[in-house]
Amino acid sequence: MINLIVDDKKIRVEEGKSVLQACLENSIFIPNMCFIKTREHPHASCRLCFVEIDGLDRPVTSCTEKVRGGLVVQTATPSVRRLQRMAFKLLMSAHHCHPKVCPVKDGCQLIRTAKHLEIGLNPRPLERLDRDVEEEVDLTFFTYYPFRCVLCGKCIYVCRQKNGHNPLTFAKRGFDTVIGFFARGDPADVPCHHCGACANVCPTGALVLKAEYTKAATANP
Amino acid sequence: MTTPELDGEERAMVEEIAVMLPHFEKSRGNLIPILQSIQEKHAYLSGAAMEMVAEHLSISASEVYGVATFYNQFRFHPPGKHQFKVCLGTACHVAGGDIILENFERKLGIKDGETTPDREYSIERVACVGCCALAPVAVIDDTVEGHIQPSRVEGIFVQFQVEREREEREKAERESGE
Repeated sequence: MINLIVDDKKIRVEEGKSVLQACLENSIFIPNMCFIKTREHPHASCRLCFVEIDGLDRPVTSCTEKVRGGLVVQTATPSVRRLQRMAFKLLMSAHHCHPKVCPVKDGCQLIRTAKHLEIGLNPRPLERLDRDVEEEVDLTFFTYYPFRCVLCGKCIYVCRQKNGHNPLTFAKRGFDTVIGFFARGDPADVPCHHCGACANVCPTGALVLKAEYTKAATANP
Repeated sequence: MTTPELDGEERAMVEEIAVMLPHFEKSRGNLIPILQSIQEKHAYLSGAAMEMVAEHLSISASEVYGVATFYNQFRFHPPGKHQFKVCLGTACHVAGGDIILENFERKLGIKDGETTPDREYSIERVACVGCCALAPVAVIDDTVEGHIQPSRVEGIFVQFQVEREREEREKAERESGE
């Protein structure tokens, strides 16, 4: 076990965990979108989980920092907040949502993050990016809402972990990037009938299992 | 996995690809060269083709699809008999190339990179054809159309229409003459 200090609070965690995971397990919330604890090499692509660590001259992403004895971590310094707010606004510039019509139960991770960072859901002063994407895409087993998707890639990761030949993938590139589904042939051979892992891991409700498959997925988690 | 119904053309394509694939070593690094040679031969990548490549390299079909959609050089629809390439390079973009593209798209009811169901027309967007002084430019089959106006888009279709009617008339005349 390792002792570290986060925001003047002592916590004890097992060795080998990341600072982010250590904090989350001890009910210290750090905003995060792309973090999955089983992933060996964190992507650190959402740029939301910044913290300051004594001895390092600039904020670092807490998902890529392993815990060490005697670490002193601060999660809410002005420079951390500045980086997080900017990253959040960049995400929101392409994610046009409104909490009133958000379909995610208990609000999505973005709303929680906004509250935590004490900012609104609009990207101001950044511009709104109008991506040339459809409102709704039918991916056979799922409904995909590209404008809600922040492209964290968690769905693709869990799909690949669980189903060897994963039917989910990133398609296209740049601003046009979307989650694609590619599986031809007999739909009975596709694992999606009883998996649903991707929809469960989605932090923003962009990938939703169609109603007729929801039951099967919850029956075999 | 059962393959969905293939039409004659796609079946021929699948057979040719089956012959070609063993020439490539089964390594992931060969994915793009394989896709390129398929496209070179057949002008586009069909779903069945991507599935075969995936099987050959023992990767998931979605991975092949992801790579293929990443690069602009790959197309997923067979080209039409008449190809419209609308330039959206810097000069054409400034001169309203996107309006021209939209004109074509609206007229045919398809998006760029697609082909009309009758295989008559396809639209593609390209980045600079090398004659920026003529912006906005569209390349119709092999003819460069400079300073193209929305009214000209209309004109091009009328032209093709007239041509087709003439061909049909000549064909009918030949048949009646025989």
